[in-house]
Amino acid sequence: MRYLPLTDADRREMLGVIGAETIDDLFADVPEAARLSGPIEGLPNHASEIAVERQLRALAGRNLVAGEGPFFLGAGAYRHHVPASVDHLIQRGEFLTSYTPYQPEIAQGTLQALFEFQTQVARLYGCDVANASMYDGSTAAWEAIVMARRITRRGKALLSAGLHPHYVSVATTMAKFTGDVLETSIPDLTDGAPGNDLDRLIAAIDGDTSCVVVQNPNILGHVADLSELAARAHEKGALLIAVVTEPVALGAIRSPGEMGADIVVGEGQSLGVGLQFGGPYVGLFATRDKYVRQMPGRLCGETVDASGQRGFVLTLSTREQHIRREKATSNICTNSGLCALAFSIHLSLLGEKGLRDLAALNHAKAVAAAERLVRVPGVELVNGTFFNEFTLRLSKEARPIVRALAEDGILGGVSLGRLYPGVAALANGLVVAVTETVEADDVDELAEALEEALA
Amino acid sequence: MSMNSEGRVTRPETAAPANVDSFTGNKGLMLEEALIFEIGASDRTGVDLPEAPKIASRLGGLEREAPISLPGLSEPEVVRHYTRLSRQNYAIDLGLFPLGSCTMKHNPRLNEKMARLPGFADIHPLQPQETVQGAYALIHLVGEWLVRLTGMAAVAMSPKAGAHGELCGLLAIRSALEARGDARKVILVPESAHGTNPATAAFCGYAVENIPATAEGRVDLEALKARLGPDVAGVMITNPNTCGLFERDMSAISDAVHAAGGFVYCDGANFNAIVGRVRPGDLGIDAMHINLHKTFSTPHGGGGPGSGPVVFSEALAPFAPLPFVEKDGDHYHLVEEETAGEHHADSFGRMVAFHGQMGMFTRAAAYMLSHGADGLRQVSGDAVLNANYVLRSLEDVLDAPFGASGPCMHEALFSDEGLAQGFTTLDVAKGLIDEGFHPMTMYFPLVVHGAMLVEPTETESKAALDQFIGALRSVAERAKAGDPALKAAPVHAPRRRLDETAAARKPVLVWKEPASGGSAAAA
Amino acid sequence: MSLYFTKDHEWISVEGTSATVGITDYAQSQLGDVVFVEVPAAGTAVEKGKEAAVVESVKAASDVYAPVSGEVIEGNAALEADPALVNTAPEGEGWFFKLTLSNPSELDGLMDADAYKTFVDGL
Repeated sequence: MRYLPLTDADRREMLGVIGAETIDDLFADVPEAARLSGPIEGLPNHASEIAVERQLRALAGRNLVAGEGPFFLGAGAYRHHVPASVDHLIQRGEFLTSYTPYQPEIAQGTLQALFEFQTQVARLYGCDVANASMYDGSTAAWEAIVMARRITRRGKALLSAGLHPHYVSVATTMAKFTGDVLETSIPDLTDGAPGNDLDRLIAAIDGDTSCVVVQNPNILGHVADLSELAARAHEKGALLIAVVTEPVALGAIRSPGEMGADIVVGEGQSLGVGLQFGGPYVGLFATRDKYVRQMPGRLCGETVDASGQRGFVLTLSTREQHIRREKATSNICTNSGLCALAFSIHLSLLGEKGLRDLAALNHAKAVAAAERLVRVPGVELVNGTFFNEFTLRLSKEARPIVRALAEDGILGGVSLGRLYPGVAALANGLVVAVTETVEADDVDELAEALEEALA
Repeated sequence: MSMNSEGRVTRPETAAPANVDSFTGNKGLMLEEALIFEIGASDRTGVDLPEAPKIASRLGGLEREAPISLPGLSEPEVVRHYTRLSRQNYAIDLGLFPLGSCTMKHNPRLNEKMARLPGFADIHPLQPQETVQGAYALIHLVGEWLVRLTGMAAVAMSPKAGAHGELCGLLAIRSALEARGDARKVILVPESAHGTNPATAAFCGYAVENIPATAEGRVDLEALKARLGPDVAGVMITNPNTCGLFERDMSAISDAVHAAGGFVYCDGANFNAIVGRVRPGDLGIDAMHINLHKTFSTPHGGGGPGSGPVVFSEALAPFAPLPFVEKDGDHYHLVEEETAGEHHADSFGRMVAFHGQMGMFTRAAAYMLSHGADGLRQVSGDAVLNANYVLRSLEDVLDAPFGASGPCMHEALFSDEGLAQGFTTLDVAKGLIDEGFHPMTMYFPLVVHGAMLVEPTETESKAALDQFIGALRSVAERAKAGDPALKAAPVHAPRRRLDETAAARKPVLVWKEPASGGSAAAA
Repeated sequence: MSLYFTKDHEWISVEGTSATVGITDYAQSQLGDVVFVEVPAAGTAVEKGKEAAVVESVKAASDVYAPVSGEVIEGNAALEADPALVNTAPEGEGWFFKLTLSNPSELDGLMDADAYKTFVDGL
């Protein structure tokens, strides 16, 4: 077997040193009844690289690849161009096959990259400090709600209707077990401000409210100013948690930190990571300095070594599970290190100028696409404001139309029927994302296909 | 006060001379690298984008005006920056990585190649299901392997990592208990457990109580039985355990827990030791997570991403989380909130957006298919052989507290007993760095003083093991003899011992512009 | 003024009905470098044997228990800026909190300095 270096002669010699006859003897502590005498049944035996590659390529070939046709899906996962150097660098074995940097003298590469990542995320989000990443945006959002409970010692969270329904679902699942009270609602297709419920949220904040959780841009693409909400939450002793599923948007719009958010979390997948059918992604998590000890997840900090040279270490570990055990701020252990590295490399390539240009390009293409699509009979734009994603109201139910378009190789958007099954008022909604990878021809193709489908 | 860990030195005891050998601070191929904030510029970029068409903004007056202060680098600078950083890391690709409990085995490059096929990497999680049948088939395939390898009834693929899998398992247990109107509130955890176990139990609302170990390093069955009762929801057991031993009484433990109305959670972190030889389902386990990044060789990536699918017994299967892939003839579909009501109404709900770590499933699939059922049996055999070889080759020089308890499984455990006064496990670890090895896991499990947990894995050759054994022997002998030079180790690494005390007392977690306005000198 | 010790390595210095609490020199030496201390706020009611404060070294977080029950008068604010005081002066400037005793008879079960020294020597 190509991954196993020992020869039978090695094995015999080593068994001699150990004082055992066979490898099976080493499993003497396993009760006889539970010990299998041969390979597990029903599974194939080993295979060559050629054979494995053939089998997996066949499966891959059964999927419609995003890059092979007009593609407009978003809703929490965005298709951006990732520069070639990103994937090359994260595949360097010293990054790919290293471990959590518990021995800092020989892990400065990972640690310095994490320190840079934390600084980039904090600046992008407009916060004082960020951690070394979470699993993804949805779990980061739940962890933020738990953190707000710890800080405020209150147990009720208000979730905006514009928060990604999967994020709401994750929080709802967890809250069933932790006893947190969540107030949630379904978005509506209000003209000009779909999914926007800031006024309702402001009215609902009371003395039991630990936090208000708002996504910006929201699941329907609406962009809002959160400043008033932040101020009103703070007046009542509650925190504002802002969720950002599309980090590229922050190259164009004001950061949640600038608008007064206390904790900002989100998905970092747009930069460096790719679509990957939903994972692995990278959760971003940032907050104010004063809350740093209540943060979940790993943190990297600067220090010096014995000769006075600058170096980096994991720090404030007493918050974490391996020390604090049942009193830890979270049970999270593994984070999303390699995806965080990809995010950081992509953002280093972009820099301030590149990110702003990329954001401007996304916005311009989205605006142009929206203008083209509303010329299709039976298509209305619901949004007043948006960044690179907007909601259309079709004259027919959107979900069958999305499926029909897919048969022609056009991935035309995410239907609200998929995100909110059974909600009749949303059934005709279609969320369309337009990134720098979309060309005008793609938009024309979508428009023509929609025209045909709605006719 | 409670003391849950021994105080150990967390800052350098020996000051080392400043690094003044060269003008640059570099030492030949050991290259220093400044931070991107010190070398980048806000108007420099490594990407060329077409000019944005002119449009009327739809941002609603929320344009970002203040600088974000993100440094940009050209492509050559980025490639050099990260290549230089990478060279300051130890990695499996460089040598044996004996971190106990972490299973740092070789990461086959076929895995990487397969994960990057556009048919897997460039598809969106919300694409219409007809357009991603191959992706669902892949998820289903990995799930099938896990079910067969563990002898369990069902699998949840969505948990993002081992600790997330633990959470998944405990939530299923709690759901099953609540479904029968049983509000048990206690989870029992052995003293030697990973810290994630009690943290997870607490995270989902359980009180945690410890179960003691016997002198030979296994769960004390009698003590466990004595504690079982109507308030105990379940136990979390790591098997093989963190002392590197197989829990011989596992079936008896399961029977006792079941008889008392509880469930058995198994931490599958150490599954690599038994894969293909023992099926946890045959030992009465109700739920177990599997770290794909350990047993099935998806890369650890400097701390993730992981992937923690959970297998379930018949009793817990109905409570498994959403979504999951179901096969119907040649067709696959995703069971989500929308369709769950029909035949999965007891599911405890969704744990993540979308449906799990696809990129890890592809890699694990490539690994499973490569090894096959016969190869995986050899994997666990060689992993256990290598660990026993290390244990028996070093027990004359290092104290092996459970050396007399029989063969170890995939990891060999030593203690600091017999080191010279003032010399610690930390010194041995740092000495290994100078020998060109990543140190073993240190100070874990907590039940052994100054623990050193060595997991060589099956992907090491005998020559590599012999060199490692020679190096650890040499360092151990220096620590026993009280060689003062060992206190200054490492001297050949990119950094000397780092001051973790200072880092924690005055945390500096983000880079700040130096007050003078000039760029800070690269250290 | 009388000084008492607990088996959990807290000391308590009593004057009338008020007292000062800290951790012992032995405890700080076992913890290693203290990097963070969380002390209770004035007005907090503490109960004998229950968690009252947290002390952290780099690799350990430990609960400090109240040697007796009472109401906290003051937490040592100096520890926030300089947690190292716990290492350098554990039984002086590194004190944790002051409290008013609600049940002075609880002192009866505690050790005096000699008894504590014997106790530590036996560890």
